[in-house]
Amino acid sequence: MVTTIPTTRHSAPKVRMRGERSPLASTALHLTLVVASVIAVFPVLWVLLTSLKPAELATTTDFFKETTFKNYTNLIQNTKFLTWFGNSLIVAGLTTLIGVIISASTGYAVSRFRFPGKRGLMWTLLITQMFPVAVLIVPIYNIMASMGLLNQPAGLVITYLTISVPFCAWMMKGFFDTIPREIDESGQVDGLTPFGTFWRLILPLAKPGLAVTAFYSFITAWGEVAYASAFMVGEDNLTLAGGLQLFVNRYGAQWGPMTAASVLIAIPAALVFLFAQKHLVTGMSAGAVKG
Amino acid sequence: MAVHTSQSVAKAAGDDIVARGRSRGTGNPQPPSRLRRALSTHWYAWTMVAPVVIVIGVIIGYPLVRGIYLSLTDANERNVARSIGVNHIPATYKFVGLDNYADALTGDQFLGTLGWTLVWTVSCVAITFSLGMALANILNRRIAGRSAYRMALILPWAIPGFVSVFAWRFLYNEDRGLLNKILSGAGIDGIPWLNDPTWAKLSVIAVNVWLGVPFMMVALLGGLQSIPSEHYEAAEMDGATAWQRFRHITLPGLRPVSTTVILLSTIWTFNMFPVIFLLTGGGPGDATQILVTQAYKFSFEISPRDFAQSSTWGVLILVLLLIFAAIYRRVLRTQGDDW
Repeated sequence: MVTTIPTTRHSAPKVRMRGERSPLASTALHLTLVVASVIAVFPVLWVLLTSLKPAELATTTDFFKETTFKNYTNLIQNTKFLTWFGNSLIVAGLTTLIGVIISASTGYAVSRFRFPGKRGLMWTLLITQMFPVAVLIVPIYNIMASMGLLNQPAGLVITYLTISVPFCAWMMKGFFDTIPREIDESGQVDGLTPFGTFWRLILPLAKPGLAVTAFYSFITAWGEVAYASAFMVGEDNLTLAGGLQLFVNRYGAQWGPMTAASVLIAIPAALVFLFAQKHLVTGMSAGAVKG
Repeated sequence: MAVHTSQSVAKAAGDDIVARGRSRGTGNPQPPSRLRRALSTHWYAWTMVAPVVIVIGVIIGYPLVRGIYLSLTDANERNVARSIGVNHIPATYKFVGLDNYADALTGDQFLGTLGWTLVWTVSCVAITFSLGMALANILNRRIAGRSAYRMALILPWAIPGFVSVFAWRFLYNEDRGLLNKILSGAGIDGIPWLNDPTWAKLSVIAVNVWLGVPFMMVALLGGLQSIPSEHYEAAEMDGATAWQRFRHITLPGLRPVSTTVILLSTIWTFNMFPVIFLLTGGGPGDATQILVTQAYKFSFEISPRDFAQSSTWGVLILVLLLIFAAIYRRVLRTQGDDW
């Protein structure tokens, strides 16, 4: 990892330490950070290393031993991993697409207009974040059962919209709030309708916000466990969260495929995440703080 | 743009109705009705929020109402409407009023689970917040390798939660897990991480803290960077100690961020399904079962599935969280926060 050189850093914190720090304090700080970093990274690293060991050596403590990709080939050839991966991809992708499309316009309306019902809507968006899975899961399960949507990706997509839509709208409002209103005004001067302003001027400017919101709702759907475990049964219909449970529960513990699958699921997600996280926090706290 | 005060509409409302009544008799040209005027003013806004309102109404509102209704019945797997082959069996469950609530609130199980859920929530949030705050403060200094540390510390947040939980299960494994291997290397007996009630409780808290610290840290770091450095300089000039600066500048400066992240993480932790469900399944026994996982268990793990009980617990969880949020907000407001 590259260490930024202090002089070229532009996002540096405002001057904090002007006085010298004693070597002792410096060592203590570094020590704390190193310990914390090891705790943060090690479990992930350990799974990665284990996935590269032959399955029968999975529980040995050697860091590198007979490095092999066998767990990966085995996972892909002999299990339904790719099916689960595909299922997760379809479900999370559709949830994201639908969720972002319908919540972007709401986020804009709530950010820009004053209209009767706005306050109520904002509160509803906030309160739905508090809904425990337990309060909706039984009724939704029964509804899905009666509509024949259990075990169907469509059922999960509809269900996940209950999670992603309020949150996306909330986050999009935060992003739209950061776009200056003068742009809307200039759009009006040019004779654009409010919707035209939103579509032609604001939406292009909000692309980073849209991307981050989309990413967040994708990750939420990708990692959802409760609904996926309850609604999807049968090896062919599982999503990744359900699929991984098979490795650890039913057949005892198959750490080989489990660790390989974990790596395949985590690495792409982590890379994109580390890329997007800075904007993520801005969006979340902007939405939440300004309420 | 297009900012129309709702007041004008509201104020005119009374007159409108009167005018409309009169105009009917005399055949005068009708002044626009209240609804029409509101529509012509606000239709853009309403059209733009309509999809979300529909989604919330249909797939959150309706199930919520159903859930509340189910909690007032004795519905279970055997008496709900179902189809076996081509035969459709209609529902035979009946309305039982508040019996389920009375049972839950007077029995041991709900209160016991609630007690552990509170311990779990408070300790997770408190530890996560303290660690996040400490790390954010360290990372906010000029320190060599800062961005490398930052990347490393954020990693747990970047991994999908269920993957991390399985990774921890792997480490916690009693016979062959790495943690016990290390302990035995040091000559210490293995610890039944997930099989002893007390250790299991500590283990699930540890994992949840591990998962939660990165978000806290990043959010607080963002808050720290928005505190003007002049404040610190002035304080140093006045001879304030590091602790005093932290106490009187950092903490108040972080207030807006802290209140938000504490509220959010309390709600998230209270409802944290995957950690408990995947790590211990609520076991051993029901030692680590929190309200949400127990409610799930009622409707999806035991037989016959007890939908009524599950819904009752769900509604109670929601009510508890709403009360918490309302109190939290009120306390903040009396302390002068505009929230």
